Amino acid sequence: MDDATPLTVDLRAEFEDSGVREVLDELDRELIGLAPVKSRIRETAALLLVERARASLGLGHETPTLHMSFTGNPGTGKTTVALKMAGLLHRLGYVRKGHLVSVTRDDLVGQYIGHTAPKTKEVLKKAMGGVLFIDEAYYLYRPDNERDYGQEAIEILLQVMENNRDDLVVILAGYADRMESFFRSNPGFRSRIAHHIEFPDYTDDELGRIAGHMLDAQGYRLTPEAEAAMDEYVTARRGQPHFANARSIRNALDRARLRQANRLFSADLGPLTADQLSTIEAEDIRASRVFQGGLAHERAGAAP
Amino acid sequence: MRITQGCFSFLPDLTDEQITAQVEYCLSRDWAVGIEYTDEPHPRNTFWEMWGNPMFDLKDAKGVMMELDDCRKAHGEKYIRMNAFDSTRGLETVTMSFIVNRPEIEPQIVMRRTEVDGRAIRYTHEVVR
Repeated sequence: MDDATPLTVDLRAEFEDSGVREVLDELDRELIGLAPVKSRIRETAALLLVERARASLGLGHETPTLHMSFTGNPGTGKTTVALKMAGLLHRLGYVRKGHLVSVTRDDLVGQYIGHTAPKTKEVLKKAMGGVLFIDEAYYLYRPDNERDYGQEAIEILLQVMENNRDDLVVILAGYADRMESFFRSNPGFRSRIAHHIEFPDYTDDELGRIAGHMLDAQGYRLTPEAEAAMDEYVTARRGQPHFANARSIRNALDRARLRQANRLFSADLGPLTADQLSTIEAEDIRASRVFQGGLAHERAGAAP
Repeated sequence: MRITQGCFSFLPDLTDEQITAQVEYCLSRDWAVGIEYTDEPHPRNTFWEMWGNPMFDLKDAKGVMMELDDCRKAHGEKYIRMNAFDSTRGLETVTMSFIVNRPEIEPQIVMRRTEVDGRAIRYTHEVVR
């Protein structure tokens, strides 16, 4: 063993120095719930740290396959986690630049013969040194049309995922059931993806905390009555169609802000304080159609 | 005859690692890198064939190197150069250019003298294979 090779390695120090700890702490702080996802990320980080330590001691190691698939319902934070993942892999030195390129079928698949390969390659070139995030990946494969150009994009992707494992990490994301059938019809993808991470739905309590978090970031606050209204809103919204977890909450808050602005404007209270401008009252939330059972046409459909 | 055009052309040919490092430098300054090739290295031939469009929005040199590999596969026996384009307002020009591929046997550039208007001499240069 030559002099430059250290005899021991301090994992704890590596953990602190590489900045991995920062990313993991940030993950804990900013993302509410998602316990299984966090533990999988923690495991991945541990594996990569150990691999790195092995490499520094001159032990045999090979770059682990880091391609992942994120499955979960809409609004469960798949894109947000992908962004954090890019940062994490960058700190650990597994991707050189650590940027995230987020694409969907439209960015990869062309409209004419011979249009797809250059388009896919263009995206791959931009993603080199970072993370390529393919949202709703199952749209790449259209079983009903055997001449669909999506197949061409899939072939190029598979080739690059195999040959350029050191240069980029591919993350496929989508709803669980459709991803399952996508993987069934493209076994090449399944075998090249080592990490399948499932994103659970948020509980009502978690969604309430997410609402608080979002409002904090925007400089608003809920009165206690409004908080109670919000809790009821979450429960009611969940039972209605097109519920999209945190995204539904964000939309609800945007509409509540709209109503608050309108209320302040039409009440004509004279000079307003900062407190009044940033308080959302229960009535702003209770005016939502969710409390009447959803949109008019959906209500009509549900109760004939 | 060794053609000397652009940066580094008096140095030995750049290795792929060196080319990668140069491209990294270009990308770090937000320059777009384009690949061009020609079999006509005359100094007056400023317009080489473009190998695809200049690559904007790249973060890592690997993307450029992939294109270079493809270009070498198709035009390995020609000259290939990289141009770095600076799109800053008011500059908007090629700021760096260097040769990354040469043919095995490079053509000669020879000088021709022509007598005109009595004994006056005109000079011209020609690429000869």
